[in-house]
Amino acid sequence: MDDNTIICRCEDVTWGEIRKQLDKGYTTLDEIKRITRAGMGPCQGKTCQRILLRAIARYLNKKVEDIPISTFRPPAKPIPLGTLAGEKDD
Amino acid sequence: MIKNADVVIIGGGVQGNSIAYNLAKRGQKNIVILERNTCASGSSGRCAAGVRQQFGTEMNCILARESVRILEQLSEELDYDIELNQKGYLILAYTEKELAQFKKNVQLQQSLGIASKLITPEEAKEIVPLINIKDVLAATYCPTDGNANPLLTTFAYAEAARRLGVKLYRFTEAQKIESEHNQVTAVLTNQGRISTNTVVNAAGEYAKEVGEIAGVEIPVYSQRHQILVTEPIEPLWDPMLMSFSRNFYFQQLPNGTIVGGYGDPKNEIIGHNLRATWQFSKVMAKKMIQLVPALKNVHMVRQWAGSYIMSPDSQPILGEHPQLNGYYMSVGFSGHGYMLAPVSGKMLAQCILEQEIELPIEKLDIGRFERGELILEPSVV
Repeated sequence: MDDNTIICRCEDVTWGEIRKQLDKGYTTLDEIKRITRAGMGPCQGKTCQRILLRAIARYLNKKVEDIPISTFRPPAKPIPLGTLAGEKDD
Repeated sequence: MIKNADVVIIGGGVQGNSIAYNLAKRGQKNIVILERNTCASGSSGRCAAGVRQQFGTEMNCILARESVRILEQLSEELDYDIELNQKGYLILAYTEKELAQFKKNVQLQQSLGIASKLITPEEAKEIVPLINIKDVLAATYCPTDGNANPLLTTFAYAEAARRLGVKLYRFTEAQKIESEHNQVTAVLTNQGRISTNTVVNAAGEYAKEVGEIAGVEIPVYSQRHQILVTEPIEPLWDPMLMSFSRNFYFQQLPNGTIVGGYGDPKNEIIGHNLRATWQFSKVMAKKMIQLVPALKNVHMVRQWAGSYIMSPDSQPILGEHPQLNGYYMSVGFSGHGYMLAPVSGKMLAQCILEQEIELPIEKLDIGRFERGELILEPSVV
């Protein structure tokens, strides 16, 4: 994995940007998410969270299961506001 | 862990980090921040990012005006882009009572040099052509209001503070504040004891508890507020759209997402339950589509909750406790903690260092509740 490898495709976040935050001492998934937005796009981390966890674990020389994951936030998949509001879809 | 500190700040949110930075910038050494989780893990990181000056009390207007002035040059000062985006706030009036209040508000705001104005529904529609102005009686608009990134603002202050020597302890919880003869002497944490004569309660949603561990009663409570965010879409409009009587606020951020929420003070949970509810997203979606029908096919991608820390008059409590020397508070911002942090951090630093305080924050002391000198803020969502 080099610095230009894209980790979060929704928010276009590279490993280089994430490594820079790890170098600064931001070692939790939540901190990295808050600063880089990795995992905050339309897929809500479904694609990148595992990749990101593995990358953080490798950087910290820890096991993946020792890295706390972020809180799951609803909805499970994106919903149109019209559907939420009870209107019919176009 | 460090054994002695000149100042111990409890809370690594935007308040605590702003206070630390402002103290260090003025020459204070040996400052420690205690954060029970990570920076911006509480209300700072959960807020809706809005920054407005259109308040209904002179105090909140002055604080907000000064905060915007600081924000306008903060990215440069902290050498960190906080994504300030001054696209205005458009606040809609739907009732005669609200309109009367808005007339008073605008008069007050203008007298304080805030660029707000009262406009007609048609003028509001010129600013945001997509809005449905049915039942709108008038609106107020201030073009220098807007939003900035609360997460990055917190980290920007934290990093600038660190460069000036401030020490941050993450995953460190203050458990007891010791005092002798009404003077703070130490903070006990889950990582050890720090001797200090100065403690700052900047604990956000845990402000009340951080009062209790010092034997101090602070009249604030935490109440859940919920927010949702959509997928990013093409830029549709500029200002924050807000109404007090219809109870909503939502805006499009620079990244294209739309973020918004509403307050539900009669029903929302008081305490620390921050679970999001589907009822909220349903009601919020309705409010958004009613005002901007074009949003009905836009997807919500996430919802979450955070706390408003309410004080009895919806204005912050700033300053030293009258019966406990060395115990300072920066709490109870009632939903406006992020937007006011640049100025409150500066004012509290001046207060702690016994420098001349630029703004009349002595009126925000905790003693005002006993004296009955509350000035109720009428303009809160």
